[in-house]
Amino acid sequence: MEGSLLEPTLYVVKGMAILDNDGHRVLAKYYDKNIFPTAKEQKAFEKNLFNKTHRASAEIIMLDGLTCVYRSNVDLFFYVMGSSHENELILMTALNCLYDSVSAILRKNVEKRALFENLDIVMLAMDEICDGGIIMEADFNAVVQRVALRTDDIPLGEQTVAQVLQSAKEQLKWSLLK
Amino acid sequence: MAFKRDKKEEEDGGGNPFQNIEKTSVLQEARAFNDTSVNPRKCTHILTKVLYLLNQGEQLGTTEATEVFFAMTKLFQSKDVVLRRMVYLGIRELSSIAEDVIIVTSSLTKDMTGNEALYRAAAIRALCSITDVTMLQAIERYMKQAIVDKNAAVSSAALVSSLHLAKTSGELVKRWVNEAQEAFSSDNVMVQYHALGLMYHIRKTDRLAVIKLVTRLTKQSMKSPFAVCLLIRIACKLLEEDDSAPGTDSTLLSFIESCLRHKTELVIYEAAHAMVNLRRTTARELAPAVSVLQLFCSTSKPPLRFAAVRTLNQVAMSHPSAVTACNLDLENLITDSNRSIATLAITTLLKTGAESSVDRLMKQIASFVSEISDEFKIVVVQAIRALCTKFPRKHSVLMNFLSAMLRDEGGLDYKASIADTIITIIESNPEAKETGLAHLCEFIEDCEHTSLAVRILHLLGREGPRTKQPSRYIRFIYNRVILENAAVRGAAVAAMAQFGAQCPDLLENVQVLLARCQMDSDDEVRDRATYYHTILALKNRSLYNSYVTESLQVSIPALERSLHQYTLNVTDTPFDMKSVPLAAVEPLVSEIIPSKGVPEGTLLSTPAPQRLGVSKEESALETISNIPELAALLPQLGPIFRTSEPVELTEAETEYVVRCIKHCFARHIILQFECLNTLSDQLLENVRVALQPAEGYKVLREIACPRLPYNETSSAFSLLEFPEELTASTGTFGATLAYMIKDCDPATGLPDSDEGYDDTYMVEDIEVTLADQVQRVWKGNWGAAWEEAANLCELEDTYALTSMRNLQEATTNIVQFLGLQPADRSERVPEGKSSHTLYLAGIFRGGHDVLVRAKLALADGVTMQLTVRASDPDVAELVTSAVG
Repeated sequence: MEGSLLEPTLYVVKGMAILDNDGHRVLAKYYDKNIFPTAKEQKAFEKNLFNKTHRASAEIIMLDGLTCVYRSNVDLFFYVMGSSHENELILMTALNCLYDSVSAILRKNVEKRALFENLDIVMLAMDEICDGGIIMEADFNAVVQRVALRTDDIPLGEQTVAQVLQSAKEQLKWSLLK
Repeated sequence: MAFKRDKKEEEDGGGNPFQNIEKTSVLQEARAFNDTSVNPRKCTHILTKVLYLLNQGEQLGTTEATEVFFAMTKLFQSKDVVLRRMVYLGIRELSSIAEDVIIVTSSLTKDMTGNEALYRAAAIRALCSITDVTMLQAIERYMKQAIVDKNAAVSSAALVSSLHLAKTSGELVKRWVNEAQEAFSSDNVMVQYHALGLMYHIRKTDRLAVIKLVTRLTKQSMKSPFAVCLLIRIACKLLEEDDSAPGTDSTLLSFIESCLRHKTELVIYEAAHAMVNLRRTTARELAPAVSVLQLFCSTSKPPLRFAAVRTLNQVAMSHPSAVTACNLDLENLITDSNRSIATLAITTLLKTGAESSVDRLMKQIASFVSEISDEFKIVVVQAIRALCTKFPRKHSVLMNFLSAMLRDEGGLDYKASIADTIITIIESNPEAKETGLAHLCEFIEDCEHTSLAVRILHLLGREGPRTKQPSRYIRFIYNRVILENAAVRGAAVAAMAQFGAQCPDLLENVQVLLARCQMDSDDEVRDRATYYHTILALKNRSLYNSYVTESLQVSIPALERSLHQYTLNVTDTPFDMKSVPLAAVEPLVSEIIPSKGVPEGTLLSTPAPQRLGVSKEESALETISNIPELAALLPQLGPIFRTSEPVELTEAETEYVVRCIKHCFARHIILQFECLNTLSDQLLENVRVALQPAEGYKVLREIACPRLPYNETSSAFSLLEFPEELTASTGTFGATLAYMIKDCDPATGLPDSDEGYDDTYMVEDIEVTLADQVQRVWKGNWGAAWEEAANLCELEDTYALTSMRNLQEATTNIVQFLGLQPADRSERVPEGKSSHTLYLAGIFRGGHDVLVRAKLALADGVTMQLTVRASDPDVAELVTSAVG
């Protein structure tokens, strides 16, 4: 059983990823240079991971020597990876923080379209949760507060024509759906 | 029309507005950063695109990255919070690709010390990613301030960045330990965690300081669960290092145990996991850890259940009885919707359960085995392998299960582990042999992995001829010749030849098949078929033995090297096969019990480090060739015949540690003394081992080790000639370590003066035994070789081995003592037998074959009748006399 005692270090997270419902990467970060050094290997791993996880909602899986915890909502899948001996609950805490932060940023509307509209803020949030493999913050309230969430809507004058059209379309859609 | 296209696009992109962006156009857009008035919304969007591209794995060239980087620095003038934050992120992402990134140092330093809290933390992290050792000194003051900042985000950012920096500029970061200490008393849980991480990192090389830190912290209660976990891990590390002070051990252990009663599950699990994995934990100490894990088994959170059952699975390997209490809870988990949890639960139960529950559990696991990942299937296979050794009578159930698994889809690793398990079962349980072979035959009918098919065909060739009905295997093998690729066909031809050589009544049929194979389209297959066909046509049993049933006994890499050397020199003399060192026989697959290396069931999918293809003899040759005096003698000595395992000549933990490795040549022996100096205040020079050789031995050369500084291993050598009289070649040498001591400064390792004094140190005697002089040789068909050796010199004697209590012990000892290779798995004594025959084979130095048959009988102690057949009468005499 040697080797399964963990080296005391702050570097516990090996990677975080958000995938869409086709298994394509929305955002992903890997923090250990020794696993998946190239984008190709990373994407192959993500594909494999997605295939193994998108049907069952089992929340945890071992894959390629990594413990992966995951959560999904509508068309988004959230993953946090750690070494195979890592304390699963620590990874779970990081995952919950990631999910709850994204959920708060998107005002509970955890969907791919909404996420892409706020991609910048989500990027900042991921960065606030984990820096180079060290968990920076595990409380989603703190994360949301730190990513400078835009509270006010932009004045009409600064919007581009496309944006105006987009919001008009949205509104029309909603009124039709009602 | 337009609407249609819109719809199509929507489907394509799936609502991803970033779907079709291209690097070049984004880089083009990034020029907008240089505009005089910054449009925050637009710039943020462009920057997001850049970062998105990088995140998708797009590569930026150095010039491209530098260009974007410089454009980005213009955005510092904007007051928009999100944009600025994205700029910091951008700086960090690009810092490793772009050039001259230190240009932004002053801007970042300004932000880091400014008033806007949202900028400060991010600015620190960005600054630390672009800075180097020299620049770091300039900002050291700000870093120290930031670490103790009241704002948690700033403090955390500074601590974590310091830890990243410690990789490159460790010395500088060490000076911040007081600040880290102060930050540790912060109210914020994350700051506390990060501060502990940094403090430990700074002190981790200083064991005493770490002990002090841990003992102090175990007394106070920490708010952060993460920090407690970290502390548990530090405590475990201290406990695992052997030489810990006696007093601290109990404090650390009781701290870990107290964490089992912590209020968060995170910490409780960490403590339980630590207790289970500590090597020193006894079954009694394990009990509280097991009982918390038992509680976790019934939680609603899958990761927690997974963690608990995985840890219990580990416990089951070392202390199965401790887990029996949880059997009921584990039973509930075998139908868990998370298949990983179910698999782990079942394999744990298989390890702890009774024979009666095997059938039921196997049925349960069969119901979902197709749904789990290969990694877990391998865990199941390993559990089955363990079961087979535990309950040999259950082999038919397990074998059926394995064959069903073989038929399923799966990767090579998975299939190979099943095949391995079946082979192990066949080897350990004669009753299972026929069914096992039948399953394997069926498997190769439809096996897409060439390497596996080849292995199985080889096994069939070895085991098939000795079964009751060898003819039934021929069909399976010949089918391969018709249907498979060249490598498999070659293996099949070789396997068929084995049947031809060992089953006279099948010879005619095999010859017909081999003749057909001579028409094969592949060179290698044709060659093999012709080769075997010709030899089998001669109907000469001794030729069969040496050219069909026995494989090549030389070490393959050595043969390759020798042949290469041979082709380099133009010479008329034919290549001499005897000049190639023999291959040491690898232990049988079944003997490698998975206790070594990666423990079974821990789910490490990274394979254990591959064994290098270098034998002991070859690495020894390399060592010797590096010593000029010995390298010059090598041509006279000939090839290395055998290198023995190192023997310790000193007790552990003495001043000097000496190990002896014996390298045996045809007529000489080199003793290599590996010396280690464990005294930090001494430098040894001219280290040699003075020998009092046994009668008949001549010391030809002594090579001293010139310098032996503290904590380094270096070797001295002695070259001896074996006595003419073979019977005198086993003996005991007295040995003394002789050297010159120079006192030196422990810190620098430099001697205080040039003056030294001579001293000696007694070490234990060295024995040259029979085993050192023989090389193990694997005989595929020992019986045939024995028949053939009937006309050689034969000696027989009877011995009473009074100290042996049972046959297995006697067998193991004889094998070890004689250093010969057991054949036909005769080293395993079937249980409950009162007599046993052991077949051994080997080659004595100088190339003399030795075959030994030992008939053992159990009466008060063990009685042994030993028959030796050897090509040299002296060798036979030596073997018989060595035993007595």
